[in-house]
Amino acid sequence: MKVNELTQYPEFTCVNESALSDKEIECGYVGDLLSWVMGNADAGCAWVTIQTHVNIVAVAVLVEMSCIIIPELAELEEETVVKATEEGIPIFQTPKNAFEICAWLGAQGIK
Amino acid sequence: MGYNMTFDVESGDFATAGQASRKIKKKLQDLGISSKIIRRIAIAGYEGEMNLAIHSDGGQILLDAEPGVITLRLEDTGPGIGNVDLAMTEGWSTASDSVREMGFGAGMGLPNMRNNADGFEITSRPGVGTKIKMTFDL
Ligand SMILES: Nc1ncnc2c1ncn2[C@@H]1O[C@H](COP(=O)(O)OP(=O)(O)O)[C@@H](O)[C@H]1O
Ligand SMILES: [Mg+2]
Repeated sequence: MKVNELTQYPEFTCVNESALSDKEIECGYVGDLLSWVMGNADAGCAWVTIQTHVNIVAVAVLVEMSCIIIPELAELEEETVVKATEEGIPIFQTPKNAFEICAWLGAQGIK
Repeated sequence: MGYNMTFDVESGDFATAGQASRKIKKKLQDLGISSKIIRRIAIAGYEGEMNLAIHSDGGQILLDAEPGVITLRLEDTGPGIGNVDLAMTEGWSTASDSVREMGFGAGMGLPNMRNNADGFEITSRPGVGTKIKMTFDL
């Protein structure tokens, strides 16, 4: 699935549509400990995290993630959205929890 | 090649931390270095940058790109590390609760740096400061 195709699903809202592209979501990763994520997440992943501060953008850029998905409609800091837009990292919000997001992505064929 | 850059990192500056690693990454991309090596340098650089912001009184990141090897140095002016072996242990951290809530303080930064670099040297003196030298073979 491509990142911009995620917008077709009403339960996923992209907060910075100008950052969207047809970059492929290659895989998924879940985690909130930034060092752990940086050490282990693969490039091209969709990253599910409850962290919402601006440093998640730095992690996503350095790892070359395809997008960030924020579960349970956790509130994003404005600074994070601005930075993510600047850096071309799409961020999605969803009412689903982290487990449900992963199960859903898995059902779409993302491994 | 033969290229170098220096970045200042202020103590407590979480919001802009990551900036130096991003600039280093862009520069290395311009130099045509392989993306696998860039990723390792970027991860090590970001861990170092965050440590300067979180744990140090402020410091610098120095990048040196030469034919065959990239060197990344982190130098700060204190407070230094009392027990470097302990600090190098995975999971060991003195980060505050507020820093942990942000997802830092897993105690994996120094081990991540060592694992990503081909060469890793750390020297630290309490009251003086910490110096880390990482090399990446091209
Ligand atoms: N530049 C530094 N100055 C002083 N102490 C440091 C520095 N870098 C690391 N430390 C100490 O080493 C510990 C482990 O560092 P690290 O492995 O990066 O884990 P973390 O940053 O998650 O605590 C830190 O908690 C801190 O006590
Ligand atoms: Mg650290």
